[in-house]
Amino acid sequence: MIPEIGHFALILALFFSLCLAVVPLIGYWQKNPTLLYTARPLTFLMSFFVLVSFLVLAFAFMTDDFSVMYVSQNSNSHLPIWYKFSAIWGGHEGSLLLWVLILSGWSSAVALKIHTLPKDVGPVVLSVLGIVSLGFLSFMLFTSSPFVRLMPEIPTDGRDLNPLLQDIGLIIHPPMLYMGYVGFSVAFAFAIAALITGNLNSSWARWTRPWTSLSWAFLTLGITLGSWWAYYELGWGGWWFWDPVENASFMPWLAGTALVHSLAVTEKRGVFKSWTVLLAIFTFSLSLLGTFLVRSGVLTSVHAFAADPTRGIYILALLIVLIGGSLLLYGFRAGQVRGSATFGMTGREAWLLLNNILLTVLTLTVLLGTLYPLIFEVLGLGRISVGAPYFNTVFSPIALLLIVFMAVGPLSKWHKTKASVLLKACLFAALLSIVLAGAVSYVNSLGSLAWLTLSVAFWAVLLTFKDWFDKVSAGTKGIIPRARQLPRNYYGMMLAHLGMVVTLIGILLVSTSSYESTLKLSPGESVSFAGYEFHFDGISHVEGPNYIADSGEISVSKQGRFVTLLTPEKRFYSASRQVMTEAGLDAGFTRDLYVSLGEKLEGDAWSVRIYVKAFVRWIWLGGLMMMCGGLLSALDKRYSTKVRGNNA
Amino acid sequence: MHAIRKKRLITIAVILFILSAALGLVMYALQQNINLFYSPTQIASGEAPVNTTIRAGGMVVVGSVHRNSDTLDVTFDVTDFKHNVRIQYRGILPDLFREGQGIVAQGKLMNNGIFRASQVLAKHDEKYMPPEVSDALKEAQKKTTTKPSTSDF
Amino acid sequence: MRKWVLFLPLIVFIGLGIVLYKQLGANPEYMPSALIGKPVPDFTLVTLQADKVLDQSSLPKSAYLLNFWATWCPTCEEEHAYLNQLANQGVPIVGIDYKDDQKKAQQWLSIKSNPYQLVLMDELGKFGVDMGVTGAPETFIVNTKGIIVYRYQGAMDDVVWQKIKGYLQ
Repeated sequence: MIPEIGHFALILALFFSLCLAVVPLIGYWQKNPTLLYTARPLTFLMSFFVLVSFLVLAFAFMTDDFSVMYVSQNSNSHLPIWYKFSAIWGGHEGSLLLWVLILSGWSSAVALKIHTLPKDVGPVVLSVLGIVSLGFLSFMLFTSSPFVRLMPEIPTDGRDLNPLLQDIGLIIHPPMLYMGYVGFSVAFAFAIAALITGNLNSSWARWTRPWTSLSWAFLTLGITLGSWWAYYELGWGGWWFWDPVENASFMPWLAGTALVHSLAVTEKRGVFKSWTVLLAIFTFSLSLLGTFLVRSGVLTSVHAFAADPTRGIYILALLIVLIGGSLLLYGFRAGQVRGSATFGMTGREAWLLLNNILLTVLTLTVLLGTLYPLIFEVLGLGRISVGAPYFNTVFSPIALLLIVFMAVGPLSKWHKTKASVLLKACLFAALLSIVLAGAVSYVNSLGSLAWLTLSVAFWAVLLTFKDWFDKVSAGTKGIIPRARQLPRNYYGMMLAHLGMVVTLIGILLVSTSSYESTLKLSPGESVSFAGYEFHFDGISHVEGPNYIADSGEISVSKQGRFVTLLTPEKRFYSASRQVMTEAGLDAGFTRDLYVSLGEKLEGDAWSVRIYVKAFVRWIWLGGLMMMCGGLLSALDKRYSTKVRGNNA
Repeated sequence: MHAIRKKRLITIAVILFILSAALGLVMYALQQNINLFYSPTQIASGEAPVNTTIRAGGMVVVGSVHRNSDTLDVTFDVTDFKHNVRIQYRGILPDLFREGQGIVAQGKLMNNGIFRASQVLAKHDEKYMPPEVSDALKEAQKKTTTKPSTSDF
Repeated sequence: MRKWVLFLPLIVFIGLGIVLYKQLGANPEYMPSALIGKPVPDFTLVTLQADKVLDQSSLPKSAYLLNFWATWCPTCEEEHAYLNQLANQGVPIVGIDYKDDQKKAQQWLSIKSNPYQLVLMDELGKFGVDMGVTGAPETFIVNTKGIIVYRYQGAMDDVVWQKIKGYLQ
């Protein structure tokens, strides 16, 4: 009985989202304030029922209700309780419900803040979000309801959650990723509302900015977690695979990064308006496209959900209506908004324009690489795959260039900067960083590519701190009061930029100074590797709650001193009948020790993979810094105080 | 007016420059890094180029997997039920690699017709499995169910 | 000129939409059988129910489905209800009990009801090898001339059937 309540709640949510998608818009065109007012309560009603159905599904998982097909396919009575909870989004239907839940969460947040917006804009924004919800709720109800029952033959136990997903990283990774993905729907809704109402001024950019920064921060965290998870869970020691599903989350991130920056220009200077609107549409479209690619099965990937053409058709139709519709609207309405202010070629606008061009180009190259196999096949040229080397070749130089300019932008002033001043600062920093990087690469005998990359990293750090120092040392007050006066927005930017550099250094060092080896080891044998001694103590049999495993014990020592004991496992999950490799790893600030078991060879021997990964943690540390930077910017006082003042 | 026009021209020139540079880079990288997929039949009939990185795939022929006892070298055959191709690989095969399962290998076809793989990818489809696997799994499952898990942490 | 530029994103997107649409139907793992266009290979197999030895000549003269199944195969369990439905619609189905235990298979059919006109046992999987079968369930469509015209790997369901039933003639 209870699962039917969940299904019924979904139907109610669909009904309210339909009302939300229609009524306030009619109210807007008829200038009827009563109809406009319905937007807020309708949003809350819709969100409430989505929440109810989510809780019902959660309840079904917690109580092992295997009469629900989705539960029986993704859970098992032996599954630990926290994985039962994360199993809610372990499959297609449930992760879609999570998607919708988060969308309604964002919608409700906008509804709570609606008083900060003009009376006719707020309801239109909510209405646009209602249209998106309507699309996804109907998709879920018509093609993939999580509440379908298995009657009358109820399975005695479930098929278990995919072992790859039975992991702490996967409990939090999808919700964070979706928070980011879906959060861009708010920027999208603001953009569409601006096109509909024609209300496109710099206050529009100011309303949109905190939402965008916040979503960007979540997406950054989501991607970071995903990379970290892939690193320790897939057993290959890689942290990024350029897999279509990874690209699907990375493209909105790149576009979102461009959006965060162009919104700043639009807010401060009133230029690039129609570009910023297009970027907002583009960013959310990429989120939708990502959802499509993951779920339709047009691209095959390690992460992809089972292919189902009906679902593919539906979500493609949804994509065409939402994206095509907004681009059509853009074509008709964007001509009316023109930036009035001009900008100088050395002003900050120009640097941010450059940032936008580079980020857009990056997004397009990733998009092209991801979709190229599809285009190739549609043209009948054969079946191909585009490998990671393509992405590395194209991505690295453009990204490096982006980081070079990233440091210059903040130094310059709005509208116009004296070129000579800028040049002097840059020249000094360039010389210093090249020398420093040269020294570091020489001492550690790194190649010239590393030298170049390190120079860029040092350059970015130097200029970032120089800018800060210039700002706090100007004026009569002391450094500390001045530093405290700088807005959070500024520190957010600083932190995000530094995070970018930390990630860059991590990527560089992990790819140049890591060691890996695949070899055959028998118990009692040991191997010397990258200054460490790995001794294979033996294999023991371990039983987990829903798996059995061979657990290897490898003790690591350095120059005779014991460092750590690594316990990589080869697990066999009985309910889903899958074999999984659990790596044994010892994390460190400057290096990770990583061991994973391959296969059992004859006798007691095993094939073993050993890695010493230099500075790999820095990649994710940088990601976390970027996320904190995004959060800090979103929490800038200006957004809450000024906007309220506007309305009063 | 003149200054604005000049500025616009410079902007467009910069954009075009970056775009064309990126496009050149993309073309170059695509030429280097596209891996065409060939079936065993295509390889057997000589359609596949030699000494070029390509992908080959098919079902692993049951009983064809041979390991070298000293090194991590392994050879196996894949088939599309018309023709077989022998694949040579050094390293650890993925967890999902099994006889009778579909795999995709990336590597180069050598002059002697053997495919030297640098990477082996296995696909997993739980809805479809060969009986040997099912048996082995049943065996293992029996072990776990007769011995109820000792701890429920 | 200006106006036209603003529609450019839309035009690019429509092109992309077409590519995605075309690719939707294509199954990246489609695996044609080498036997398509050829007759069913020779065999002598024992029936599941009556222990009679049969060969080629016992196969239906009309078009029919040749379904490989087994009790060890969880997906076959899923598929079974749909096969019953097909049988009720009058679709002739020949079952090959693939690498299985006779007792278990008999029991399975008596519990779940029998959709098959004829069930043959391929205990050792020899016939399966001849047919190029790699697992279960697998379904072949054989036409009135006894020629194999289609092969499907995985569970048969309504969606699949609607797409491939045209081959059955």
